[in-house]
Amino acid sequence: MALSREQVAMRVAQELQDGYYVNLGIGIPTLVANYVPDDIEVMLQSENGLLGMGQYPTKAELDADMINAGKETVTAATGAAIFNSADSFAMIRGGHVDLTVLGAFEVDQNGNIASWMIPKKLIKGMGGAMDLVAGAKNIIVTMTHASKHGESKLLESCSLPLTGVNCVKKIVTDLAVLEVKDGAFHLIERAPGVSVDEIISKTAGKLLVDGEVPEMVL
Amino acid sequence: MAGFDKVVASYEAAMEGLKDGDTIIAGGFGLCGIPEGLIKQIKKMNTKELTVVSNNCGVDDFGLGILLQDKQIKKVIASYVGENALFEQQLLSGEIDVELTPQGTLAEKMRAGGAGIPAFYTATGYGTPIAEGKDVKEFDGRPYILEESITGEFAIVKAWKADRYGNLVFRHTAMNFNPMAATAGKITVAEVEEIVEPGELEPSQIHTPGIYVNRVIKGNFEKRIERVTTRD
Repeated sequence: MALSREQVAMRVAQELQDGYYVNLGIGIPTLVANYVPDDIEVMLQSENGLLGMGQYPTKAELDADMINAGKETVTAATGAAIFNSADSFAMIRGGHVDLTVLGAFEVDQNGNIASWMIPKKLIKGMGGAMDLVAGAKNIIVTMTHASKHGESKLLESCSLPLTGVNCVKKIVTDLAVLEVKDGAFHLIERAPGVSVDEIISKTAGKLLVDGEVPEMVL
Repeated sequence: MAGFDKVVASYEAAMEGLKDGDTIIAGGFGLCGIPEGLIKQIKKMNTKELTVVSNNCGVDDFGLGILLQDKQIKKVIASYVGENALFEQQLLSGEIDVELTPQGTLAEKMRAGGAGIPAFYTATGYGTPIAEGKDVKEFDGRPYILEESITGEFAIVKAWKADRYGNLVFRHTAMNFNPMAATAGKITVAEVEEIVEPGELEPSQIHTPGIYVNRVIKGNFEKRIERVTTRD
């Protein structure tokens, strides 16, 4: 069975390490915050200028001056810091953020990512995504393995305009966990009940399968 | 003698001198921390052919979006314009030009512009469409692209508190691009929630020193929230 959005987030949360500063993108990545293991501490960076993003406010706490990068109202966690946009991106571009998790339209076997533009259809802008993929020490992409029409999103070469080059290290899809290195996707884990053959058939780029591929433990 | 007193009494005085074709650098992230009244004044002045530099362009009926209604904007330099249907319309019909710019690069363009640095190299955007036509240079084996800084005839910012000398303090994430924008205008106008006397702000707690600020006006803010999200 393909994973739900929540299950993809649960699997990504297993990649978090104690003491990590993490930037979570909009969509599935945001859900990762709900599954941080109890025995570690992570601090969430929101690129509009908040390190230490807390939970959503109560109605009584609602404050127009306190939002996250998705423009949602939030609170500051204990020990949070607030700063301007240049400082925020100095953290990101200077390689101080340990992990970035973001969504994508396509990823290719060289670690290139396309996530911000579909020519003539969707031209909203890249926001902070180009900075994040160029600057983070480690990047995990979450997305469905294939489009609604069954077309693979793991390609030999991205067809859409790129967000960044040679930057994606790991991908968690609804079907599999894959690493990207040496010009290929490496199958690390498969979703419970999903066969290696299905993953092979839905991966258009070069895919290496080495021995038995374990099922994810969620 | 006005000395260092930057306070003006009206929005007309705050935006005096703005003319057709000017570049305006605006603080704010979405609708958070935007100089609402200064934007309304620009609409009232009906200044045309403006280049607006801001992370976003408001929504259809609030923030910088209201300058689209009478087609006052010629070009927008922004990182994300997805909240605005009118903008999309004018973009697709060719009435408006947009230069989509990565958010960190945009912040740095303003910061560098205000600091007298004409350009800088960054890894952001290398190998993507935004790198087209830009100089590429390798440092330590990694390629970087050359980005030029930005300054404008006007900068409009929103702060929480100002003293009469134009020292500014921002509140929470309403800070965002405001401090960088404040440095990058030939004339910088700050619209604030509260004006206090010099000496009342703790010097070490000031975010933007008054040297960057030319005019201060006490504003009335609606402070609209784009996405109300609560846990109860």
